Amino acid sequence: MRASAGDVSAQVRQGRVSATSITERYLEAIESFDRELHAFLTVMADHAVEQATRIDRLVEMGKDPGPLAGVPVAIKDNLCTRGVPTTCASHILENWRPPYSATVVEKLERAGAVIVGKTNMDEFAMGSSTENSAFWATRNPYDADRVPGGSSGGSAAAVASGLSVVALGSDTGGSIRQPAALCGVVGMKPTYGMVSRYGLVAFASSLDQVGPFGTTVEDVALVFSVIAGHDPRDSTSLKVRRDVDTGLLTLADGVAVSGQEGVVDASYGSMPGEDAYIWPASHGLMDGAIEGLRVGVLKEITSDAAPDVRRRVEEAAAALVSLGATVEEVSIPELHYALGAYYLIAPAEASSNLARYDGIRYGLRVDAEDTTSMMSRTRSSGFGSEVKRRIMLGTYALSAGYYDAYYGQAQRVRAVLVDAFAAVYRDHDVLLGATTPATAFGVGEKTGDPLAMYLSDVCTIPSNLAGHPAISVPFGVDDDGLPVGVQVLAPALGEPVMFRVAAAIESAAPSLPPPPVCFADGMGVQSGMGYGHE
Amino acid sequence: MSDLAGYRGYEPVIGLEVHCELDTVTKMFCGCPNSFGDAPNTNICPVCLALPGSLPVVNEMAVEFAARIGLALHCEVRPSIFHRKNYFYPDMPKDYQISQYDEPINVNGWLELPASGVRIGIERAHMEEDTGKTTHVGGGGRIHDSSFSLVDYNRAGVPLVEIVSRPDIRSSEQARQYVSELRMLLVSIGASKARMEEGSLRVDANVSVRPTGSGVLGTRCEIKNLNSLRSLVRAIEYEIERQVDLVSTGQVVVQQTRHWDEAGGRTIALRSKEEAHDYRYFPEPDLVRLDFDSDRVARIAGALPPTPEQRRARIISLFDAPTGTDLVATIVEMGLDVLVISAIEHGVVPERALSRTANEAAARVEDALNLDPGLYARLLMMEQEGKLTPTQTKAVLQAMMDSGGEPESIASTMGFEAMDSEVVADLVSGIVDANPDEWQRYRDGEGKLAQFFVGQVMKATRGKASGKEVIAALDRLKAGAK
Repeated sequence: MRASAGDVSAQVRQGRVSATSITERYLEAIESFDRELHAFLTVMADHAVEQATRIDRLVEMGKDPGPLAGVPVAIKDNLCTRGVPTTCASHILENWRPPYSATVVEKLERAGAVIVGKTNMDEFAMGSSTENSAFWATRNPYDADRVPGGSSGGSAAAVASGLSVVALGSDTGGSIRQPAALCGVVGMKPTYGMVSRYGLVAFASSLDQVGPFGTTVEDVALVFSVIAGHDPRDSTSLKVRRDVDTGLLTLADGVAVSGQEGVVDASYGSMPGEDAYIWPASHGLMDGAIEGLRVGVLKEITSDAAPDVRRRVEEAAAALVSLGATVEEVSIPELHYALGAYYLIAPAEASSNLARYDGIRYGLRVDAEDTTSMMSRTRSSGFGSEVKRRIMLGTYALSAGYYDAYYGQAQRVRAVLVDAFAAVYRDHDVLLGATTPATAFGVGEKTGDPLAMYLSDVCTIPSNLAGHPAISVPFGVDDDGLPVGVQVLAPALGEPVMFRVAAAIESAAPSLPPPPVCFADGMGVQSGMGYGHE
Repeated sequence: MSDLAGYRGYEPVIGLEVHCELDTVTKMFCGCPNSFGDAPNTNICPVCLALPGSLPVVNEMAVEFAARIGLALHCEVRPSIFHRKNYFYPDMPKDYQISQYDEPINVNGWLELPASGVRIGIERAHMEEDTGKTTHVGGGGRIHDSSFSLVDYNRAGVPLVEIVSRPDIRSSEQARQYVSELRMLLVSIGASKARMEEGSLRVDANVSVRPTGSGVLGTRCEIKNLNSLRSLVRAIEYEIERQVDLVSTGQVVVQQTRHWDEAGGRTIALRSKEEAHDYRYFPEPDLVRLDFDSDRVARIAGALPPTPEQRRARIISLFDAPTGTDLVATIVEMGLDVLVISAIEHGVVPERALSRTANEAAARVEDALNLDPGLYARLLMMEQEGKLTPTQTKAVLQAMMDSGGEPESIASTMGFEAMDSEVVADLVSGIVDANPDEWQRYRDGEGKLAQFFVGQVMKATRGKASGKEVIAALDRLKAGAK
């Protein structure tokens, strides 16, 4: 068994195992296994040992180091870590070290987590296989010839192979859930605005959300509870209240309208006041009670999936029925337009977000005769082909005379989707479907066909466009022995019911064998193996 | 300067875009100081440097200042959103500017020109952020030209409001008045320092010409780099003549952005419409809608400091008879109206309050602005009550502007003791007795001899007596002697 975050932190807090010894074992495991896996871009050995030492000292002093005490965490390399390279797997940021940490990184560390390294990804989170990394491709822990999915492939592979207990990724169109499904772990995208984006290097601002990976739904809920909450440095972050009796989430007093004169404090390393955790680390919501819940199996993200995948979704649905839920098939025909709308909105926002990489203030600079040529050369040589493709798509979509037909129209589609989801959620508590159309595909299989690659996200994109939470839960394997993920979708702020249903599915899921590349027991016994071809 | 009919049968149509930096403590979207003249790149942070992962948060005070500007310009203040204006420029850290596009905070207002009462329409006044400043450094004496540029990002992210007028301006003089009045208004309501010389107020002019009386708009040119009111007037005059030259000889005006060359006294084409940027505006996804309910607007309106228009009206309302509006306008422009109003409210005759302020105080306006209006009023009352002569009053006022203090104690220190009118009368009586010939001639109607007696009394009192008191005493003696 791979270690769970709950177990690790419990043992560290009780003083039974030191955070330092756990950290050292994980650093050794990364050292030995990651040579095959390539999940990490930067291993933060010194930083991790320093934090572990701090945790151990707190335990010795009788202080509570927090709900993630001593838990090894991997962080996607598009989340800023102060003083540690944050590359977005791009040459353009190859040597950039941010002078500040993302809000989620600060929250994790204050909860006692030990960040062991930064994980590989598709460049600027654009891709579905982690093959678009400017540095190297990450392998699927279940099969070295297959991709781990993407764009958060490094984080998914690290958790699947036990090189970190939990991890953070970012999900713009499925970049957490799709690799989670392909690597056989749990991955979750929160409601838009539940988790601060401050320090997340932007891809598509209106779609990006940070979220956790773990081996269990409980671990994912635990990490989510730590990273969620209003952040005054992110104007799109929500102020959410949790009802103590029902556990339900509601908007407190709307979104932040504006900051205050003199209160905005974005100076290096500072930390604004923060909310208490959205819910306590004791998860009453994890009891699996789903009797009477109304579940819709969403046709548009299920019926076109590979037969093995579709069968697993049907089994999951049957399991929910046996646990007392009502299940029926539902259809949202408007989802037909989701992929098209996404590939206008995301590139449009990206074309603007990535303009700042101009060689002037930070990152790569390729010198030239004049400023304009310098900018042009820097961007030509610093960005990879997929990034350039999306910048061009987005620039075109926003151009004078085309805005209304492309970006404007895509936003109207988005509004229609939100309404269509709302109509379905009037009669259903959650929706169920496939996370991916198929299980892990082969390395190099789709790199020559961008559209085929884009279609890997067809099941996950709708939740991003709607701003809704969704989670992928492993549910057995396909005929080739590759992990299958089923997805639970919920309306905005529907995390509590989403976790409840996900935990129920997890309890009913066929057992998933650990991958061949795996540091299988973080608590002491090192039982890792290789892919078996050495 | 030409009047309306003076451009060979053509009339100019002018619209102005005025950018003003808001006088907030911090920048538009981060907590860095909004401060002019500091060492380069000292007021910067991840947000205003556009480091990856940083996000903007709207400065509430900037929004309030923007709303004040809207209210003072009689605009509709309403909920608004921010857009991104995308273009690459080295001194713009994000390579897009956060601005407002089709849903700005203020729309549909007007500004009245003080002299003529002409109202210039305001199309919009929207919020945006300033850019940094680039300094180009010349060649360095190597084989290749080693010139380079330095960028200072202290100004990047400083809050701006852009005030766009309707094309209602018909002369360079009106344009001057518009900017002058707008500048005063911005200072008056505390929204901006509005200093053209520091760049906290910047003006672009859109100029076109058409046959006088025509209802059709001609092709316009936008003129940039107008750094003073003088440049504004000269550039507009030049541009009108240039365009009239073209159209009156059958040529066409090309829509262009033009640069005012101060030294050359001419405008030079920068880029044509075809070369214009495509800014690819789209709603800023990192910010949310700025809700502006009527309560908030009412609260800001209630606390709005008076506009220059209101301040002029206030002074004029204190006069019983019509007064010199030019003088009032000057006083308000200098910010000395508080002195005038305080003096009148303390009982000083309005004409005296205005003239003392317009002469002695206005001559040292920076010092006069530091005067305590209450003390100033007391000084003028001392003069009005005859406790100080005009000469003494001026001397005390200079002392107050030099180093402050209360007028009574300054007068006392200077030896300007108030002379009792009985003492003056006794003195006058003595001098009359000592100069019987002059007295007789004065009684016979030789009025100019009054100055002789005043001079004698002044000599005897070393200037402490009031001339008016002396003449009053003479008159009483004359009446009694009949």
